[in-house]
Amino acid sequence: MKFIGFVIVCLTGGLLLYGTMDLPDWGDPNSPASTHLSDYYIENIVAETRVPNLVTAVLADYRGYDTMFETAVVFCAGLACFLLLRDFRPKQDRYFRHVPTGVVLHFKNPETRLAAGHEFEHMDKEWVPSDMIIKTVCRILIPFIQIYALYVVAHGDFSPGGGFQGGVIFGSSLILMAISYNLKTLVKRVTEKFLSIFAATGVLIYVGLGVGAMLMGGHFLDYGMLAPLLPSDPGHIRALGMLGVEIGVGIAVMAVMVIIYVNIVSKGRHDEGL
Amino acid sequence: MSDILPLIVAKYNFWLYIILMMIGLYAMIAKNNLMKKLVGMNIFQTAIILFYVSIGYKHGATLPIIQGGHGGHSAHDAVIHAADYINPLPHVLMLTAIVVSVATFGVAMALCVRIYQRYQTLEEDELRMRVSEIPHE
Repeated sequence: MKFIGFVIVCLTGGLLLYGTMDLPDWGDPNSPASTHLSDYYIENIVAETRVPNLVTAVLADYRGYDTMFETAVVFCAGLACFLLLRDFRPKQDRYFRHVPTGVVLHFKNPETRLAAGHEFEHMDKEWVPSDMIIKTVCRILIPFIQIYALYVVAHGDFSPGGGFQGGVIFGSSLILMAISYNLKTLVKRVTEKFLSIFAATGVLIYVGLGVGAMLMGGHFLDYGMLAPLLPSDPGHIRALGMLGVEIGVGIAVMAVMVIIYVNIVSKGRHDEGL
Repeated sequence: MSDILPLIVAKYNFWLYIILMMIGLYAMIAKNNLMKKLVGMNIFQTAIILFYVSIGYKHGATLPIIQGGHGGHSAHDAVIHAADYINPLPHVLMLTAIVVSVATFGVAMALCVRIYQRYQTLEEDELRMRVSEIPHE
């Protein structure tokens, strides 16, 4: 099998290498990819939409359908992770740690309740004492990562950035919280309900802007038609529509990243994990 | 000999991506472990992403953010030359492709977790053996 695989790989690679002879040179300004549509985009986007970041303009406006369904794909991935892994059965073994002394109690019967209040804390099976340096650094760092993520989303029209990038940065800040503390801390603060609603809301904002443009008499996702609704310069209305769409994408991507992480590391139980 | 050097300079980026892509393809075909196959798939996707981004490059051009376009008014007067900015379209396509590849990788890992929970292995040959052993419910 390995030998046949190697032969197939060599054959395919050889054919592809032969095929590169017909491809344009690296950095050739007259290559077919950079002559037809690309020139139109570069020369007309600022006049048509007033968004200097061409990537955002093409992503959220000219190729709005594509991005909408990409967001739907991301949402479906989160949904698939939830449906494949989520396990609502109660856990059999539970571990409690007596905080002042560090003694660990192991309960095999899930029905057992612990009477003592704040003396004991529920802990993971693979619990390791949290390192103070890691906890402190992450606690200080996480708000700044989140502010940076919001900046990346909000400034996506003017500088490198946008909904996908900002959403991933925000999601990674929440994942950092789960790694530096433990999964329970994250799940307590950012509940599953909250994440599910946010994932759906993000897609809804995107589609809602498109339907709103339709209700105002335009085509689907034609943001220019939203001008009467917003007290702003009509020339900037497409930029504002793109910002709304990017916010929707950012919310959906943020929620889905955390849903995927939490479900995979805890095998769907949402109690303990990495 | 004099023909070879310009050819290498003009095309070496595509060759590197093809090598990377073939590493991924070989991992997907020959590796026995499902996680290793997934890593191969990710290497393959990375090669495609690099290929697309390199197609958008132009010599002497800068990144596709119009300079002086922030004010919104001054940019109308200045003429924008297409040769000054690299092609934004491959960047757009790959931006969404990266996020979708992360999401699909998550789904693939979720499937791996389910397979491991049921069969206690991710090795392909052992998996095939156990699928034939365990009767379907």
